Amino acid sequence: MDLKISELSKHYAHQKAVDLISFEVKSGEIVGFLGPNGAGKTTTMKMLTQYLTPDHGVIWYGNSRNSDNIDIRREIGYLPEHNPLYEEMPVLDYLNFCAALQGVPESEIQGRIRDMVKKCGLDEEKHKKIGELSKGYRQRVGLAQAIIHNPKVLILDEPTTGLDPNQIVEIRALIKELGREKTVILSTHILSEVEATCDRILIINKGKIVADGTVGNLRKQTESKQIIKVRIDGPSQDLIFQSLRQLPGVSVVDLINKEESRYEIQSSSEDALNKQVFRLCVEKDWDLLEMTPTETKLEDIFRDLTLN
Amino acid sequence: MNSIITTIAKRELNSFFDSLMAYILLIAFLGFSGFFTWIYGADVFIRKEADLDVFFGIAKWTLFFFIPAITMKMIAEEKKSGTIEILLTKAVNPRQLVLGKYLACLILILITLLFTLPYYFSIARLGNIDTGATISGYLGLMLMSSAYIAIGIFTSSITNNQIVAFLLALLIGIVFHFILDVISSGSRGMMGNILSDLSVSKHFDSISRGVLDTRDILFFLGLTALGLYLSELFVSKAK
Repeated sequence: MDLKISELSKHYAHQKAVDLISFEVKSGEIVGFLGPNGAGKTTTMKMLTQYLTPDHGVIWYGNSRNSDNIDIRREIGYLPEHNPLYEEMPVLDYLNFCAALQGVPESEIQGRIRDMVKKCGLDEEKHKKIGELSKGYRQRVGLAQAIIHNPKVLILDEPTTGLDPNQIVEIRALIKELGREKTVILSTHILSEVEATCDRILIINKGKIVADGTVGNLRKQTESKQIIKVRIDGPSQDLIFQSLRQLPGVSVVDLINKEESRYEIQSSSEDALNKQVFRLCVEKDWDLLEMTPTETKLEDIFRDLTLN
Repeated sequence: MNSIITTIAKRELNSFFDSLMAYILLIAFLGFSGFFTWIYGADVFIRKEADLDVFFGIAKWTLFFFIPAITMKMIAEEKKSGTIEILLTKAVNPRQLVLGKYLACLILILITLLFTLPYYFSIARLGNIDTGATISGYLGLMLMSSAYIAIGIFTSSITNNQIVAFLLALLIGIVFHFILDVISSGSRGMMGNILSDLSVSKHFDSISRGVLDTRDILFFLGLTALGLYLSELFVSKAK
């Protein structure tokens, strides 16, 4: 089911939480929602799940408009932030409860529960009460309740918080698998997570969307400067430093490791920086021991877009 | 529609029996009402009347305190823990949520009252009991409970603090139970009549005497409907 969000707004008291945002998500696409704390990610997700009513704007779920609609909610799976659960309920009872509320027919419920237990790796813990589970298992239960009715749209608010690295890898793989046929929107603070799982990134800041595109696209947009790391062996570090600074377009040279004489060079010139450095070394008869081009990191893009 | 309500009610009932709440209620209720009905000074043996008037009088007060204790967590806890978000983003309406909770509480009270049926059979063996009056007494207890449950769920829906919900429910109960009685007995004319018509005690006493008046029944049903409607309103307002 495709989602089309147009001019969505929500205010809390005097504060604008979400300010006229518009975007589309196609079926089979995993979109990562990025933004600093308080940027409006959770509020947007709560509107998409119909928990909050927007002050302004329209959400299209396929061909049906928003407005409180039970049939639409049946097609949505939602893992809220902080993953609230009924502590005193056993895992299996809880999954049964959630399936029943989402209108899964009685005869199919047991099969769906078995599926979820297998898919989310809950087999060892399925008879325990939720309150007795570790954080990683609680997260899996949260994910299981979100997908037990096989929804077309999956909205996950920080699905991997509090998980250990192995669990993160497992959950990401599960999300990727689900994303093949569903529309998935997930929010996160972890930038590498977005690179690992998402087809597209939406960066939201102060209630507005400030970037929308694939990781590659966003890189190109902000990649106005080149950064390379080099290791040069020459007679004097001072001389090398000065010569590098005088290359056309070079803005910053950093001696990052004195013993190994490693430098980081930033340039805003159009010419390929690596060629220039190589020619310089040949000219002066220095030994160029290493040269590593550095990609603009997603962290930098994120900082660029959200820090002003 | 109905299956959602029963699913919610079933979960709530299971949670009562899992958390000891139900057992504490049963034991305390049977303990209190049993003590005052059979052992305490003004009990059945001293009055030498084969009826359950003493029991109904005690049950009225015990339920008055117990029901807010059951209902206080109904919505407040869901709000505090955030699980209300899980419920309302599934195919559940605020109305179904409120009705499911109400149904669970009502069934718990019904189970509790069923445990006092041996009182009836015991007294029936001792003398000639008025079965009609007994049935109507139980009906009165159920109707009164229903109104208090609705009030309790309402107070639970306006806060996420269970203690506040409990105290507020008691406060509203005291107004309907006591204060209206006291004020209405001091005032005359239309005002006095209206106030005394709003008194829970008056309607309950009238039913438990064995007089089935539609006005009494409508009073309790009206109070129930009002409480549930306001709860629904506050649950939806949170959105």
